[in-house]
Amino acid sequence: MLDSVSAILNALASGDASARQITERSLDAIAQTDPKINAVTHVAAEAALATADDVDRRRAAGQPLGALAGVPIAIKDLICTTDMPTTCASRMLRDFVPPYDATVIRKLRDADAVLIGKTNMDEFAMGASNETSAYGPTRNPWNHDRIPGGSSGGSAATVAAGQVPASLGSDTGGSIRQPASHCGITGLKPTYGRVSRYGLVAFASSLDQIGPMAWSAEDVALLLETIAGYEPRDSTSLDTPVPEYSKAIQSADLRGIKIGVLRDGLEQDGLDESVRKSVTEAMQVFIDLGAEIVDVQLPHSQYWVPTYYVIAPCEASSNLSRYDGAHYGHRSDADIDPADGPLLSMYRHSRQEGFGSEVKRRIMIGTYALSTGYYDAYYNKALKVRRLIRGDYDAAFQQADLLLGPTAPTSAFALGDKLDDPIQMYLCDLYTVGANLAGIPAISIPAGLDDSGLPIGVQLQAPALEESRLLFAAAAFQSQTQFHQLRPGKP
Amino acid sequence: MPQYETIIGLEVHVQLKTDSKLFCGCSTQFGAPPNSQVCPVCLGMPGALPVMNRQAITLAVKAGLALNCNIPPMTKWDRKQYFYPDLPKGYQISQYDLPICADGFLDIDDPASEGDTRRIGLIRAHLEEDAGKSQHDEASGRQDSRIDLNRCGTPLLEIVSQPDMRSSAEAKNYLTELKLLLTHLEVSDCEMQEGSLRVDANINLHLDVDGKKIATPIVEVKNMNSFRAVERALDYEAERQYAHWEETGQTIKDAPKTTRGWDDSREQTFAQREKEESADYRYFPDPDLLPVRLPRSFIDQVRDTIQETPAQARDRLQTQHGLSAYDADVIVNQGAAMLGYFETVADVSGDPKRASSWIQQDVLRTLKEQETSIEEFPIPAKRLGELLGRVRSGDLDNNRARDVFAYLIDNDSDVDSACTALGIEAVDSGEIESLCQKLLDDNPQVVQDVRGGKQQAVGRLIGQAKKVNPNANPQQVRETLLKLING
Repeated sequence: MLDSVSAILNALASGDASARQITERSLDAIAQTDPKINAVTHVAAEAALATADDVDRRRAAGQPLGALAGVPIAIKDLICTTDMPTTCASRMLRDFVPPYDATVIRKLRDADAVLIGKTNMDEFAMGASNETSAYGPTRNPWNHDRIPGGSSGGSAATVAAGQVPASLGSDTGGSIRQPASHCGITGLKPTYGRVSRYGLVAFASSLDQIGPMAWSAEDVALLLETIAGYEPRDSTSLDTPVPEYSKAIQSADLRGIKIGVLRDGLEQDGLDESVRKSVTEAMQVFIDLGAEIVDVQLPHSQYWVPTYYVIAPCEASSNLSRYDGAHYGHRSDADIDPADGPLLSMYRHSRQEGFGSEVKRRIMIGTYALSTGYYDAYYNKALKVRRLIRGDYDAAFQQADLLLGPTAPTSAFALGDKLDDPIQMYLCDLYTVGANLAGIPAISIPAGLDDSGLPIGVQLQAPALEESRLLFAAAAFQSQTQFHQLRPGKP
Repeated sequence: MPQYETIIGLEVHVQLKTDSKLFCGCSTQFGAPPNSQVCPVCLGMPGALPVMNRQAITLAVKAGLALNCNIPPMTKWDRKQYFYPDLPKGYQISQYDLPICADGFLDIDDPASEGDTRRIGLIRAHLEEDAGKSQHDEASGRQDSRIDLNRCGTPLLEIVSQPDMRSSAEAKNYLTELKLLLTHLEVSDCEMQEGSLRVDANINLHLDVDGKKIATPIVEVKNMNSFRAVERALDYEAERQYAHWEETGQTIKDAPKTTRGWDDSREQTFAQREKEESADYRYFPDPDLLPVRLPRSFIDQVRDTIQETPAQARDRLQTQHGLSAYDADVIVNQGAAMLGYFETVADVSGDPKRASSWIQQDVLRTLKEQETSIEEFPIPAKRLGELLGRVRSGDLDNNRARDVFAYLIDNDSDVDSACTALGIEAVDSGEIESLCQKLLDDNPQVVQDVRGGKQQAVGRLIGQAKKVNPNANPQQVRETLLKLING
């Protein structure tokens, strides 16, 4: 099976396939499937083939190769690349080609990965359905009438459609885990600071984190091992050694591990019965693997979403102010409004034309919440609640090594279903934002299909920097289950 | 006419003397071609992240300690948001509620009472990045605006005083002392022409009308590019506010704070924009930068690098070198380089007072004439010390020493070679004595006058002695003549 990173590495090592063949297969798959699913915004065919040829040449010459040599990888389109546009799926940055590579890109290049292209996303990573993209929505490979989840919907769909074995996404409130869940793949949001944000176009700086997406925990571990690590150009990057994640996952013995389950979370309104069932069944799998299930509480979980939807827009309103038409982004050539004068007119029109409505909504929420008179009532209060939420997790991890629960309340919903109801859309993050607010790692793994054959994911969360524990438990689960082996049929 | 008091507070931005910008490695050198000293970080390009410059923190702490500030154990970075073409990120990284330095003071000379000092309180000093520079070219009828972002990210320390100054003269003394201190400590170059020191002044009047205190609306004056301009702008503004109050009766309660610019050529302030409602900068902590911890040990380390403040140097020149307060002031106020120069001259010559007077007269005059600085002065301090040492020992008289001084300015030569070139030789006392005897023999009248009690009569002979032998030391000639006459 050549949709697995490890299988590709094996095939390349044994000479069963060349990097060029693998890359061509990936390009063919994109050509075939992407007109339907719209997961890819830019295909770097030439550069990808050149990298592949280089890998083949060096392998033939017996030269040393990087850990991901010859593996095609797709990149969410808010990670800076010198040889591809970085548009954030916004009209604002339609033509932006950064003069520098993000740290994760540099690391992938150093590992000789084949960067195949950029993936579709919600505009500036704001959304849970991939419908706010200026390129139009991505469709779920399992069912083209369904959304793939967001905001890393393109990165999830490109893997699920068999275009690439792995991709990078970014997760601010669940943007890796929720689409991974909807597309039936494995997605990891690392500890805040574990992967450098240098070159990640910021949405909400204190929450954003780049992470890997692939079918299995094993592949995710391989990618994380490559992209994690300290970066002096990112002040929030953690200066601690990177464990060998791919080695940490080899045992399937979970004896002595305590897995905490949030009973309250399982009784929440809006949680689909099929998701509840998947979580319960996953619990049984973990018990069979030797783990002990304990009940835990996160008393402030009801405040996760409101806290997130104050902090994230505040930071976004600031981070996105650089797109003013003068420095970065689309510049309007609309007529000058006499009342505003030329400068203000240009700012207003450029931002009005360049940003989509969800981005505008969040800029306005953030601007309002940060303004004098409201700062204490919203932003400052949200920071205080965020500290309480972190405290909840600290307490919970005194009782349990990992936390298990749903990734998303439902399986993938239909396109257009929630587009006009922002609150419903925001509630997609119900189970995922806690990890971002606390800065801890979390993973979504496939755990079943619902009645209509759509994938369902469950989420594991671990204390900061315990990615090994997450990956180990996920790999153990995948050693006993086949969910991560399921592939979309004919949608 | 009611009495009034002028209330002045100053906000001074100084550019810190770092090797690179506040959050990236770009150079901060002045005068480079537009947009040649920029990188993704200081341009705020999407995805780029700031990383704090430790040197800027060190310099800010150093300045804060010298300004008697409290340095809190933790400080942090905030974003100040506003849209402006020379602000690439749409926000400026600055410090809001936890500035790096707080609650200090600076003692200045009281312009109203010589020898007294006034203590000017400091509210805070905080670090921030500079913005770029817009250049508007409207001269040719076009409306071109060009933006140079070289200055973006340059580290600034904004020092905010209490409204403690009561006259433009005090404001000028404050600025002079502040500049002296910061240049002395090598925290900043404080070059106003290069924008490395910028001043905004807040001013209003407190009037006493029939026993009632009335305050005029506060005005912030900007665009002043010399200390003289600050002084004149404040004087102008005080008069204007008084006249405006007489005309309108407006007080701080019924008019908002306004901003005015200073037109140096017309010597007037002019209205810039009304601050109808105070701008809402929506400050919040910068999530890209971690709070900065400043451990006691670090602050102590920085404190140890502060050798001496100008105030301490003034005291030392008086106690250690016996200079008058005035002389100590003149030398210290010339800056650290001049202080160092003086000290070498004083040590080498062994004559601090002579060193001080030569520096105040001959050296300063030459610097002024040649429009140069002490760093470029052609006579090294040791050499001048050596020259003055010879004056002190009587080997050279003051006039001959001035000839040598002039020669040394034009020629890179040591003192001995200069003397040789000028034909200056040491004259032994036997030679002087025979010369004096001959003069006395030729002028019996002088002998008589002196014996009659008119000692100054020998003066006539000193001039003649110098004509015969220009190297004869006049003091020595005088003493020899009197000795010979009085037997």
